[in-house]
Amino acid sequence: MTALPIIILILMIAGAIVAVETKNMLSAVIAAGVVGFGVSVLFLFLRAPDIAITQVIVEVLSLIILIRVTTNTDNEAIEKRIDNFANITGLIFVGLFIAFCVWAFVDMTPFGNPLMRVSQHYLSAGLKETGAANIVAAVILDYRAYDTLGEAVVIFTSILGAFVILRKHGKKKLVEKDTEEIGIPE
Amino acid sequence: MKKKKIEEMVHDENLGMTLIVKTVARMMIAMILLFGFYIIIYGHLTPGGGFAGGVILAIAYTLMMLAFSRKLALKKLNNFWASIWDNLGMLAFIVLGFIGLNFGYFMFNFIWHGTPFHLVSAGFIPLANIAIGVKVGAALYAIFIGLSIYGRIITTEEETK
Repeated sequence: MTALPIIILILMIAGAIVAVETKNMLSAVIAAGVVGFGVSVLFLFLRAPDIAITQVIVEVLSLIILIRVTTNTDNEAIEKRIDNFANITGLIFVGLFIAFCVWAFVDMTPFGNPLMRVSQHYLSAGLKETGAANIVAAVILDYRAYDTLGEAVVIFTSILGAFVILRKHGKKKLVEKDTEEIGIPE
Repeated sequence: MKKKKIEEMVHDENLGMTLIVKTVARMMIAMILLFGFYIIIYGHLTPGGGFAGGVILAIAYTLMMLAFSRKLALKKLNNFWASIWDNLGMLAFIVLGFIGLNFGYFMFNFIWHGTPFHLVSAGFIPLANIAIGVKVGAALYAIFIGLSIYGRIITTEEETK
């Protein structure tokens, strides 16, 4: 029961290391995909099928986009040069992070036994109050609908940003002149 | 007229991938779309919901774009209408929230809840799922269009076609 998640975890770590160290871009993308699909299988072991479905599908779409991008380029990683200062500062900050993690995680509740103050109410009264059989849908679209609105706004804004940044030329024609001078004067 | 043109483009050998990919994609796209709608509509009963179903819809359109050339996918749903659907989904979700404000508070579940485990139940949760699904599907497809068509210089010859 507990052996399979550990094997998947080791596979994910190996995939992450391959994705960082390999020279070929396409191999790096596929190795990063191993991490994503491993996470989705782990969510199934943690009994969260909603998140597992979402993780699988988003991983598929992002892999399609990344492979589509990398197959057309020259596929070689940039030559790495060793920077001692960056390595040492990185190690120091990772060490600090781990030290604070250990300090913080000592007081946490054990894994799989969360504090059931608010969520106990959702579990016991969710079906009666919302009528939704899927308790996750009841939480994200009824009790925490305001959060979901925020997430929808985040996606909406990112689409706006992508459309504005990715387009090559503006809506104005090339021959048209600016009616007002704005910006830094030359 | 438009239908006939799309039919011609599907069978054009110069557009898109090989015959094998096209045949499999033609069978799969309808099933993927159906599965996406199932995930969205049954979101309040089974695992899934608006976001997951919306991404499945986006994947169906992405498969269409990869298998049968960019031209055909843009004929089916171009960047203008993708962003219109995106905006409509967002607007529907916010309007649902504001109707709830009329009955109690923002995002109030104002519709009759019905009997649990039935398709028509849970008040406004299925409606919100549909709004989010349309929004997310159109948005992710729009991102794929954006990465695909923007950034290449469209010649005047292509524009006139």
